[in-house]
Amino acid sequence: MIWRAGGALAVLAILAVFPLAVTNAAVTTIAVDTLIFAAVAVAWNIFSGYSGYVSLGHALFFGGGAYTVGIAGRAWHSTGDAVFALLPLAGAVAAGLAVVTGVFALRVRRHTFVVITIAFFFIAQITASNLTVTGGSSGILAPSPNWDAATFNNPFYYLALALLVAATGASWLIRGSRFGLQLRAIRDDEDRAAGLGVRAMPVKLAAYVISAILTGMAGGLWFYFIGQALPQFAFDPLFDLSVVVMAFFGGLGTISGPLLGALVIEPAQQYLTLQYTNEYLSEILLGVLFLLVLIGLPRGVIPTGAEKIASLRARRTRPAAGAAPPGEAPAGATPGGAAVREAKP
Amino acid sequence: MARQVYEAVADGILGGGVYALMAVGLTLIFGVLDIINIAQGILVVLGAYLSYVLSVHLHIDLFVGLLITVPVMFVIGVAIQWLFIRPLRGRDRASMSLLAAYAVALIIEGVLYRVFGPGFVVLRASYVYASVHLFGFYLSDIYLYGFALAVACVAALYLLLYRTRFGRSVRATMQDQTAARLIGIDVNRVAALTFGIGVAVTAVGGMMFGATSGGFNPNSGYDLISRLLAIIILGGLGSIGGALAAAVFMTTAESLVDIWSPDWAVVVFYVALVLVLVVRPTGLFGRRAARAQ
Repeated sequence: MIWRAGGALAVLAILAVFPLAVTNAAVTTIAVDTLIFAAVAVAWNIFSGYSGYVSLGHALFFGGGAYTVGIAGRAWHSTGDAVFALLPLAGAVAAGLAVVTGVFALRVRRHTFVVITIAFFFIAQITASNLTVTGGSSGILAPSPNWDAATFNNPFYYLALALLVAATGASWLIRGSRFGLQLRAIRDDEDRAAGLGVRAMPVKLAAYVISAILTGMAGGLWFYFIGQALPQFAFDPLFDLSVVVMAFFGGLGTISGPLLGALVIEPAQQYLTLQYTNEYLSEILLGVLFLLVLIGLPRGVIPTGAEKIASLRARRTRPAAGAAPPGEAPAGATPGGAAVREAKP
Repeated sequence: MARQVYEAVADGILGGGVYALMAVGLTLIFGVLDIINIAQGILVVLGAYLSYVLSVHLHIDLFVGLLITVPVMFVIGVAIQWLFIRPLRGRDRASMSLLAAYAVALIIEGVLYRVFGPGFVVLRASYVYASVHLFGFYLSDIYLYGFALAVACVAALYLLLYRTRFGRSVRATMQDQTAARLIGIDVNRVAALTFGIGVAVTAVGGMMFGATSGGFNPNSGYDLISRLLAIIILGGLGSIGGALAAAVFMTTAESLVDIWSPDWAVVVFYVALVLVLVVRPTGLFGRRAARAQ
């Protein structure tokens, strides 16, 4: 526990001083992007990782937040720092979208749920490109920030970091709470959980809304940072998949997994896109990396790594008890860290 | 007005045949392997590009070219299943295989971009632009031929599934994989061949898509897969008859709305899907929902 808290503080300290040490704008731009994606990956995991309902439509909330900041900022002539004050509004709009779509989507399970989230996000994309208030296919422009060019990225960086800390804190609190236990009971067997007294629909919807609020605020911040929202980029199928890859890479349903996944994958993706912008190699490499993760580390880096460490320790303390094959979880272990922690001597 | 409606219905039914064929492949794969092959959209585009290469560089007729592209797509399908889907294990297998299929789709999309670039291409042949006068409507030749071909393919699939020994083992695997294994069915082989067949039909679907869509590029896969997913969910996952009915229903509804507002026509697909699922969470012809989430 102490080690974990210390590790988290160390990571936070490194992230906090990063823009002071590195002033290269190209690097800090990637850093801001990475933090935004990390916040979204953690937020996605609060709903999908804990409940087992894989959402491929979180771009609905991301784009919804982006357009909210765009439309409200234009209507109220917000400039400079005032635009950041619109972020809670972006979260509120995303929450509204989550309630409206969740009431329908959360009635169905598994594959059907995945597809219905895709359907909602396509409806949003087409709506955004057909309405005049969203600027149609030419999108909506963000007000231009009025601060110094030398430290231009810093306000975005620290807000994205704050959002990431909030998302991680929420994830940590939820995972240990009664609410989190109810979510994970739904993931393991929803009908049994309902039989044991979990009111599945309100629990799922609450997690969906919390996840959406964080994603919507991240979308609003991203919009101001990028400077423009276009229907195909604000509601982007690649966005959905990148977020899922990050969570899977690190470990679904863990606290640090999605964070680690985002911190590794997003910079790599950005770097590859910058390097091979015309050759589409980044897309191919991302796909290959993805396949390697799925086949090589099927349960993600964090759970697999925790198991390896646990089995090493077990072997050191009890050299004779080598009966259990290392690296293999007991049957019925959750992909999260819970079962792994209990397995430690 | 009435005339436009009749024409829209005719267009919808003819176009629906092609979507039905692509959707049957997808729903068959789902029924046997319990996975959603999200790469189906880009595989259709790949099939279209294969037809494009054959017709532009080797001057082979589009329909004759299918004799080459269908076996090629079959082999690609078997290879994808064998290399990337089969090795996946564990309790998250269903969502992981969806992601693996997505990764394959990304790779194919990247390769297509690299080889063909982002420009739109279209499949050309004399019958793509010709039309016949039938029952008072002008119907495009390519739609008629394509519809006939789609009906023939679906009939062939039906015969394969319901009149052969292999078909019986496929249906047994769809009903209960463990029981099928117990009575001696080689489930791995059935899964690989089914995936191959489900992908092979995208060669036909791709040729038709390339000839009728008015231009495609490597990015066209996203639009296709989301439509196909809407169709198979609406029809009920794993139901072949449901996929046929839903495909015709969806394309007809789309072309009817297209009369009033082309911009909003595509939304009909998804709105219809959401409305149906509110009433019937398993789709129109779906089986019972799986118990565990």
